[in-house]
Amino acid sequence: MDTDLSSQDRKDLDKFIKFFALKTVQVIVQARLGEKICTRSSSSPTGSDWFNLAIKDIPEVTHEAKKALAGQLPAVGRSMCVEISLKTSEGDSMELEIWCLEMNEKCDKEIKVSYTVYNRLSLLLKSLLAITRVTPAYRLSRKQGHEYVILYRIYFGEVQLSGLGEGFQTVRVGTVGTPVGTITLSCAYRINLAFMSTRQFERTPPIMGIIIDHFVDRPYPSSSPMHPCNYRTTAEDNAAVYPSVEDSQEVCTTSFSTSPPSQLSSSRLSYQPAALGVGSADMGYPVVFAGGLNAAHPHQLIVPGKEGGVPLVPSQPPHAAQADQERMAMCTPLDGAHYSAATPSSSEDTETVSNSSEAKSGSPHDILETIFVRKVGAFVNKPINQVTMANLDIPFAMFSPKNIELEDNDPMVNPPDSPETESPLLGSLHSEGSSGNSTGNTHDDFVMVDFKPAFSKDDILPMDLGTFYREFQNPPQLSSLSIDIGAQSMAEDLDSLPEKLAVHEKNVKEFDAFVETLQ
Amino acid sequence: MNCRSEVLEVSVEGRQIEEAMLAVLHTILLHRSTGKFHYKKEGTYSIGTVGTQDVDCDFIDFTYVRVSSEELDRALRKAVGEFKDALRNSGGDGMGQISLEFYQKKKSRWPFSDECIPWEVWTVRVNVVSLANEQERQICREKVGEKLCEKVINIVEVMNRHEYLPKMPTQSEVDNVFDTGLKDVQPYLYKISYQITDSLGTSVTTTMRRLIKDTLAL
Repeated sequence: MDTDLSSQDRKDLDKFIKFFALKTVQVIVQARLGEKICTRSSSSPTGSDWFNLAIKDIPEVTHEAKKALAGQLPAVGRSMCVEISLKTSEGDSMELEIWCLEMNEKCDKEIKVSYTVYNRLSLLLKSLLAITRVTPAYRLSRKQGHEYVILYRIYFGEVQLSGLGEGFQTVRVGTVGTPVGTITLSCAYRINLAFMSTRQFERTPPIMGIIIDHFVDRPYPSSSPMHPCNYRTTAEDNAAVYPSVEDSQEVCTTSFSTSPPSQLSSSRLSYQPAALGVGSADMGYPVVFAGGLNAAHPHQLIVPGKEGGVPLVPSQPPHAAQADQERMAMCTPLDGAHYSAATPSSSEDTETVSNSSEAKSGSPHDILETIFVRKVGAFVNKPINQVTMANLDIPFAMFSPKNIELEDNDPMVNPPDSPETESPLLGSLHSEGSSGNSTGNTHDDFVMVDFKPAFSKDDILPMDLGTFYREFQNPPQLSSLSIDIGAQSMAEDLDSLPEKLAVHEKNVKEFDAFVETLQ
Repeated sequence: MNCRSEVLEVSVEGRQIEEAMLAVLHTILLHRSTGKFHYKKEGTYSIGTVGTQDVDCDFIDFTYVRVSSEELDRALRKAVGEFKDALRNSGGDGMGQISLEFYQKKKSRWPFSDECIPWEVWTVRVNVVSLANEQERQICREKVGEKLCEKVINIVEVMNRHEYLPKMPTQSEVDNVFDTGLKDVQPYLYKISYQITDSLGTSVTTTMRRLIKDTLAL
């Protein structure tokens, strides 16, 4: 049977099939890790990327695959299978998919090994990349976390599809004919997620950053243990436990020819530490000010806290620098990503009020700082009786109608030498001036002072600029817009309609003439 | 040699057009791109490495794999963007199709320009639907996601029939088969064109926009 195949070709073919099997396992397991995979293209061949595809090798997975193969290759009756299953936190498990790499007897003697077979295997791997994102288990695996995890198991031998339940579907990824048989790659996947609906898993998004690193020993007939599709990202651990893929015996084809085959260049397969990052790179945004009136505490400045409205100490996350801490569910910063380092001297900056404990801790890495974004003026410190509007987005929101009645209490920065200011102002100068004292800000209040615009004089105009401004900011409502009058006039309009129509009909000729002038 | 033609049909909502088209086109081009060729002496060549990356869709419950090449992605996004704009501007009941054609160039003697001989054409027919409320949109997200899964399986099935592919070219011929203008990957020469039809099915604007990626354009 092998007389048609040269020994070199035979050796090459065996090597291709072996590495194809290993790469197939890598693609499948990586697709079920729950993260997006990204590898870079490289225009110059490194000699270490089998099938000209950048597929990283996770050492643990390669180790498992080699263990399962035990030096054999897929052949007739001996298939390599990767089983993907789901295990809940309660311990229930369910097989989701079985990926099979099989070989049948149909040979293609004419095909060129070093060229056509290699390229077709490369194409098949690309198809596998596409198909692994398309089966139902992919979406489940992207949502794995604390409720359930995805496990994989590699075995060699007979395909066992019984665990997939009734009515499972099969998708064929592709086939490649070789002189020794036809390689077929397919996937059988479960449809009937009976005792667990997919919705159950989509309910709660998993907490990012939790790495489940447990190994489960299952009493399977072929006694190969299940492995989680998550793994510790530290490369040191992996390198220590498993031998790297580097193997001086293995080379991958890097050279092709358009003319009769020439010498293959040899190179070492090198292992690149998998750098699968955990989660996204979002920084934990600071908990923000939930603007609005705090009617319960009219004298308090609304200091942001986790519950909003009550000055609180947000708990410091143990690893504040880690990007994947639990997301703060509060609203987004009003002015964008607006946070400052928790340095004690921030009280000089009147725009931010940092929480007392954070000021004390002074950790430069503290991201989850509470921020208050509002310029209230440098010297406001007087308690007031009136509820203040704390809507930060509207400039001069302080001057909205509610506060108009208390002309004496207009919240505007007064020039320091105004006779109407009282000692609290000086007092506030005091507290603001002291650096490092942000504790006093927990009861920041507004002082209402008279609106005294610069350069305006009382005696020239009967009203000053301030009064003018206030009055014209609140014009009286249009009569047509007020509800009572509107309702009445509507009724009147309807009644007068017939009369108006009669009048218009009389003037029809005038209208017609007008229309003609327009044309 | 006949040109192979494949047709795929999708029904999407307006804001899903771009992502659905990109998913299909990128999946096709993933299979029709290789690493960069580096020719050496004696007619041998080596091939660069193709990286891949997952792309999540925002408006569809779907993830697709594309080649890691920003240039290629940009080119596709540009074409799809134009197609989407044309569809949107054509009127409410938008129907159109976008074609991805792989071709080979055949040099002709001067003064005739080079011939472009297609060997594979993929046509995606798009039907744009409008939805009334958020619930329908949510259902549409999932449905279109499932449909795209089917399309990917269809594409993979065609690719793995291993039908005609241009012969690997010599160094002098490589530009007649591959687009060598990208710096990190090398797709087969391709062009994208689209057509918009109105609700009556007639071709109101036959906007043939050729995006020619080859280096020579006589």
